[in-house]
Amino acid sequence: MIRSIKYLISLFAALLMFGSFSAKADVVVASAGPMSGQYASFGAQLKAGAEMWVKDTNAAGGINGEKVKLVIGDDACDPKQAVAVANKFVSQKVAYVAGHFCSGSSIPASKVYTEEGIIQVSPASTNPAFTDEGGPNVFRVCGRDDQQGEVAGNFLAKEYKGKKVAIIHDKTAYGKGLADATKMNMNKAGLKETMYEAITAGEKDYSALVSKLKSKGIDAVYLGGYHTEGGLIVRQMRDQGMKTKLISGDALVTAEYWQITGNAGEGTLMTFSPDPRNNPEAAPLVKKFKAAGIEPEGYVLYSYAALEVFAQAAKMAGSTDSNKVMKAMKKGKFNTVLGTLSFDKKGDVSLPGYVWYEWSKGNYKQL
Amino acid sequence: MEYFLQQLINGVTLGSVYGLIAIGYTMVYGIIGMINFAHGDIFMVGAFVALISFILFALTGISLPIVLILVLLIAMVFTACYGWTVEKLAYKPLRKSFRLAPLISALGMSIVLQNYVQAAQGARIKTLQPVIQGGFNFFKESDFVVTLSYLQIFIVLVTIVLMAVFTLLITRTALGRAQRACEQDRTMTALMGINVDRTISMTFIIGSSLASVAGVMFVMYYGVIDFYIGFLAGIKAFTAAVLGGIGSIPGAMLGGLLIGLIETFWSGYISIEYKDIAAFTTLVIVLIFFPTGFLGKPDIEKV
Repeated sequence: MIRSIKYLISLFAALLMFGSFSAKADVVVASAGPMSGQYASFGAQLKAGAEMWVKDTNAAGGINGEKVKLVIGDDACDPKQAVAVANKFVSQKVAYVAGHFCSGSSIPASKVYTEEGIIQVSPASTNPAFTDEGGPNVFRVCGRDDQQGEVAGNFLAKEYKGKKVAIIHDKTAYGKGLADATKMNMNKAGLKETMYEAITAGEKDYSALVSKLKSKGIDAVYLGGYHTEGGLIVRQMRDQGMKTKLISGDALVTAEYWQITGNAGEGTLMTFSPDPRNNPEAAPLVKKFKAAGIEPEGYVLYSYAALEVFAQAAKMAGSTDSNKVMKAMKKGKFNTVLGTLSFDKKGDVSLPGYVWYEWSKGNYKQL
Repeated sequence: MEYFLQQLINGVTLGSVYGLIAIGYTMVYGIIGMINFAHGDIFMVGAFVALISFILFALTGISLPIVLILVLLIAMVFTACYGWTVEKLAYKPLRKSFRLAPLISALGMSIVLQNYVQAAQGARIKTLQPVIQGGFNFFKESDFVVTLSYLQIFIVLVTIVLMAVFTLLITRTALGRAQRACEQDRTMTALMGINVDRTISMTFIIGSSLASVAGVMFVMYYGVIDFYIGFLAGIKAFTAAVLGGIGSIPGAMLGGLLIGLIETFWSGYISIEYKDIAAFTTLVIVLIFFPTGFLGKPDIEKV
C-alpha cells in the first residue's frame, strides 16, 4: 500500500517536472485578428500564415533551440474584444504578437502590450496612429494609410479631373483614416469631392446611398472600408444600373470580395503593396501553401513575415527576452518572404509603398 | 421627382422585410405578453435554410419559379420547427414564473442560436449570386433612370399576399379567434375548451414562418448573410413593432414600412451617417404622443 502511494507520488512529481519543463521550453507566439464575424476571411489569412511559420520553425529546430507554441486570439474587429484578447495573451505569457488585423483593434490592444512589454507586429493595420502613438514595442510590416491615401488621392485627382468623385467611409479607424488621407491628398492635387458620406459597417442595405450617388452623377466612388461593404455597394450599384467604378484600399484583398460581387466586381480598383507572391524568394513558400490547399493571398505572407522577423531578431539577440528582441528589431535587417526589411524609429517598415490592382474574373492583378 | 420615386421604391422594399419580421414580435407579445428576443435569430436561421436550399436546388436544375416556391416552403417549415422548439424549450416551462424570466431565457436563446449557426456554418460570411436579375426602367429620357427590379416587385408582392392571408387567418378562422381569446384571458379561454398551449405554439409557428420568408428575401436581395444578421434586423423590426403598436398586426406592417421609409429618405435627403438616429428619434417622438404606438390598443395591465 505504502509502496504504491510512493509510486504515485513519484509519478506525480515526474509529471510535474515534465509540465514545468515543457512550459519553460516553449516560446509562445500569438496570432490575433477577426477569426469570426464579417471580416473572418482576413483572420483566416493571418492564422494560415502564422500556422505555417510555426510548423516550419519547429521543423527547423525552433528559435534558439526552443520550440514555438502558437495561440490564436479572435477579436472580431471589435475594439473591446481586442483588449480582452490582449489581456488573455498576457496571462498566457505570450512573448510576441503578430496581429491584429483591423486598425481599430490593433490600436487599443497595443496599449496593453506596451504596458506588459509584449512585442506587437501588425501584419495589416495601416492606420498611421498605430505606430505614431504606439510604444517602442509596436511595429508593422505593412504600409501606412498616409502613403496609401497619397497614392489614391493623386490617382483620383489625375484620372477624374473635372469629374465627380464620392468619398465614403465606414466610421472605423481604418476606413475613416484612409478616406480622410485620400480626400486630403485629392484636394491638395486640385480636385474637390462631390460627396462625402459615412456608412455603418455591418449593414446590408445601401440602396439609398446608391440612389444618392446616381442622382449626383458620380463618376467614381472611393471607399475607405472593408470588402463586405465594398462588395455590397458595388453589387447594389449594378442592380440600379450604375456603371460607376469602385476604388478602394487594401481591405479588399480577399477572394471573398468576388464571392459577394460576382461579375459586378469587374474593374474594381484597389491599392495594395506589391504582391509578395511574385517575389522570387517567396516562390518555394507559395508552393508549399498551395500544396496545403491554401492560396497565400492578401495578408497571409505578411503574417508569415511578421513572425520571421521575430525568429531572426531573437537569434541576433541570442534570447527571446522582449527587451533584447525589441532592440535587435530596431537595429537589424531581416530577410523575409516580403524581401529584406528593416524598421524605423517609430516601428514602420522600410518596404516599397502602394501600387494599383484591378479585380477581373475573380482575381486581382497588379496594373 | 424621379429621385423621390427611386428612394420610395428602396424604402418600401426595405420596409417590407422589416414588417415581416415585426409581425413575429407583435404576435408573440400579443398572446403571451413577452418580447421574443430570439426572433431576430429565427429570421437568421430562415435565411441560412434558404441559402442552403438555393444552393442545393441550383445543382438539380429545376426551373426558377418552382425553386422559389420550394425554397419558400422549405424555409418556412424548417424555421417554424425552430420557432416551435424554442417556445417549448425556453418559454413554456417559464410561463407561470415572474415576468422577467422568459425575457432572460429569450436573450439566452438568441445567443444559443447565433453560436449554433456559427459552429455549424462557420464564422465567415456566406454569399449567394443573384437569383432573379433585371427589372423595369422608367424615365429613360431624363437624367435619372428609375429602376424597379423584378426582385423588388416580388418582395413587395409576397409581403402583401402574406399580410392579407394572415390577417384573414387572425380575423376569420377558429384559430385566429382562439388566439385573440388567449390574448384577452388565458384562463377563461382554457375554460371554454380551447387548447391554450397549442394556440401559443401555433403563434410561434406562424411568426417564425413569416420571419423565414423575410430571411428568404434577404438572401435573395442582398446575397450576403452571416450568423450575426439577426441582431440588427431584429432590433429594427422590434422598433417597427413598437412604433406600429405592439400587439397589432397591421401596426407591425405599418411600423416596418415607416422605419424603412424614414431610413431611406433620411439617407437620401439628409445624411446616411445619422439614419439610425432618425429612426429611433421618430420612435421616441411617436411614443410621447401615442404611448401604445400608432395602432396599439391601450392596455394598462400588460405594460
